[in-house]
Amino acid sequence: MNTEFPLWEVFIRSHGGLQHKHVGSLHAVDATMALENARDVYTRRQEGVSIWVVPSNAITASDPADSDAFFEPAKDKIYRHPTFYQVPDNVKHM
Amino acid sequence: MTQLLQLEDRFQARIDAEQKIEPKDWMPDAYRKTLIRQISQHAHSEIVGMLPEGNWITRAPSLRRKVALLAKVQDEAGHGLYLYAAAETLGVSRDQMYEELHAGKAKYSSIFNYPTLSWADIGAVGWLVDGAAIMNQVPLCKCSFGPYARAMVRVCKEESFHQRQGFEIMMTLAHGTPAQHKMAQESLNRWWWPSMMMFGPNDDASPHSAQSMRWKIKRYSNDDLRQKFVDVMAEQAAVLGLTIPDPDMHWNADRGHYDFGTIDWKEFDEILRGNGPCNKERLDARNKAWNDGAWVREAATAFAAKRKSATA
Amino acid sequence: MQQYLLHIADNALILGHRLSEWCGHGPALEIDMAMTNISLDLIGQARNMYQYAATLEGDGKTEDDLAYLRDVPEFRNVLLVEQVNGDFANTIARQFLFDTYHYFFQQQLCESQDPQLAAMAEKSLKEVAYHLRWTSEWVIRLGDGTIESKARIQRAFQDLWSFRGELLTPALYETEAVAAGVGVDLGAIKTAVEQKIFNVLDEATLVRPTDGWMHAGGKTGRHSEHLGFILAEMQFLQRAYPNAAW
Repeated sequence: MNTEFPLWEVFIRSHGGLQHKHVGSLHAVDATMALENARDVYTRRQEGVSIWVVPSNAITASDPADSDAFFEPAKDKIYRHPTFYQVPDNVKHM
Repeated sequence: MTQLLQLEDRFQARIDAEQKIEPKDWMPDAYRKTLIRQISQHAHSEIVGMLPEGNWITRAPSLRRKVALLAKVQDEAGHGLYLYAAAETLGVSRDQMYEELHAGKAKYSSIFNYPTLSWADIGAVGWLVDGAAIMNQVPLCKCSFGPYARAMVRVCKEESFHQRQGFEIMMTLAHGTPAQHKMAQESLNRWWWPSMMMFGPNDDASPHSAQSMRWKIKRYSNDDLRQKFVDVMAEQAAVLGLTIPDPDMHWNADRGHYDFGTIDWKEFDEILRGNGPCNKERLDARNKAWNDGAWVREAATAFAAKRKSATA
Repeated sequence: MQQYLLHIADNALILGHRLSEWCGHGPALEIDMAMTNISLDLIGQARNMYQYAATLEGDGKTEDDLAYLRDVPEFRNVLLVEQVNGDFANTIARQFLFDTYHYFFQQQLCESQDPQLAAMAEKSLKEVAYHLRWTSEWVIRLGDGTIESKARIQRAFQDLWSFRGELLTPALYETEAVAAGVGVDLGAIKTAVEQKIFNVLDEATLVRPTDGWMHAGGKTGRHSEHLGFILAEMQFLQRAYPNAAW
């Protein structure tokens, strides 16, 4: 009998006001156990105030082979950044 | 140029440019295999490493020492877990890695096949063994494989109290009663040379090193790291007032390093062959924990399946 | 008062000690770490309580004097916590029976008129709430898991049931602590403790063992043979090298 517990990904909010960030993985049979394991493994040094756990197989990831098509086109759209626009030095609060 | 060679060139170019390789990226088979081997051995070392120190948890001489040691050994479980997870991103399961370990096919750091015979050994393991481990591990935080590097950042951050914990124990003993001082020296005598062996064979006898350096899995050679360890420990031993058991250890002003004696590689090889003082105990203990836990894991799996079908 | 503090501290230390024996030998890495967390909580609680007791005793006494230099008859822990780990089911059943008691105990202790005790209880209660949650879930998982796990956890409860009574039967120093307004009235938490146990056993599809003979004695220093070995191991260095600092 294969009893390897399924893999979960753990996301932790380190302080109130911040977003959850991926911190690692662990094994658990269900969401309840995954949450508690995450607490016991990943927050032993006050690393967090909130935990998300997600079954690893529920994550859909972009394919590195698509990287050019996905991410290159944004590269030359410099007009999306404030530094593209010229404003005289003496204009404040902009 | 064949397609494979092109891929390999592009891969090496990324490595040379200090880009991180991620699990879904193309990588040469040999790179994947090397990493699986190295990361799983590293993880096994953490897990087996819990045993010699765990040996003293119930005998720690004060409550402060007891919680510190317990937290440290627990950290090692955590480090094993992070590392297994890093290896799992390469397509091998934790159970598969365990199987190799339990069958005696996988390696782990030989140092853990030595026994912890006195309380001073807990100090010596923290000071010397963790000291050597940190020297090996800090460069791994910059390893080319992303998940391994990230796991190592976490490990190193947590590990920073381990060596201080060990040094503090040694300091207390070395400056304690004559009996305690003797205990500390005796422990240093036993752990010094095995710690020196933790950096692996000399560079000219280390076949995989060159490729690992090219792939930026490894950043410094075994001998360079060993020399760094000697230089640091020579000074720390002086602070402790303890003597490193190597009559050939002297400051060499020309080299700007400490010279040191020859390592007995025969002892190292014997332990690799399974003939260390505790090889059998360590493996038996891991097998027992795993086998005794089988029904627990089965129960949890069965329970989750029942609840899932009940709500489906 | 001194006896009362030692009773609370000894319970936590001895159970924490027992749990720490699992470190490195658990059924899975995650479970191993969870058990160690509980062990660290308990030893931490014991330390706070010993430190408080030591200041009351004066004479430069320390937490370690209390933990390491008393012998079996001077320990005030209940018999339950010194029982051997056995298999994982036995450890879980022992921990669960203690946690149910411990949770409601600490909850009441928050109301102590001794401000220091109340403050410690408030901190401990948060830890114990998690312990109880964790062990309850494992009782349910094992009870409603496989045929084997059910048999094992059922047997564990059968074996440990007779140690349950002592938890809720006050020793003289407990009655005095209640009268002084600082201690927990065990009679007042009895129903809540039992209800919690029964609810979890029911959800775990386990049979409630019948109440029969209940062991007692630990609270007044008459222990099982196990405690002597725990202390022999725990106190070895302090005894072998008297007056050394560690």
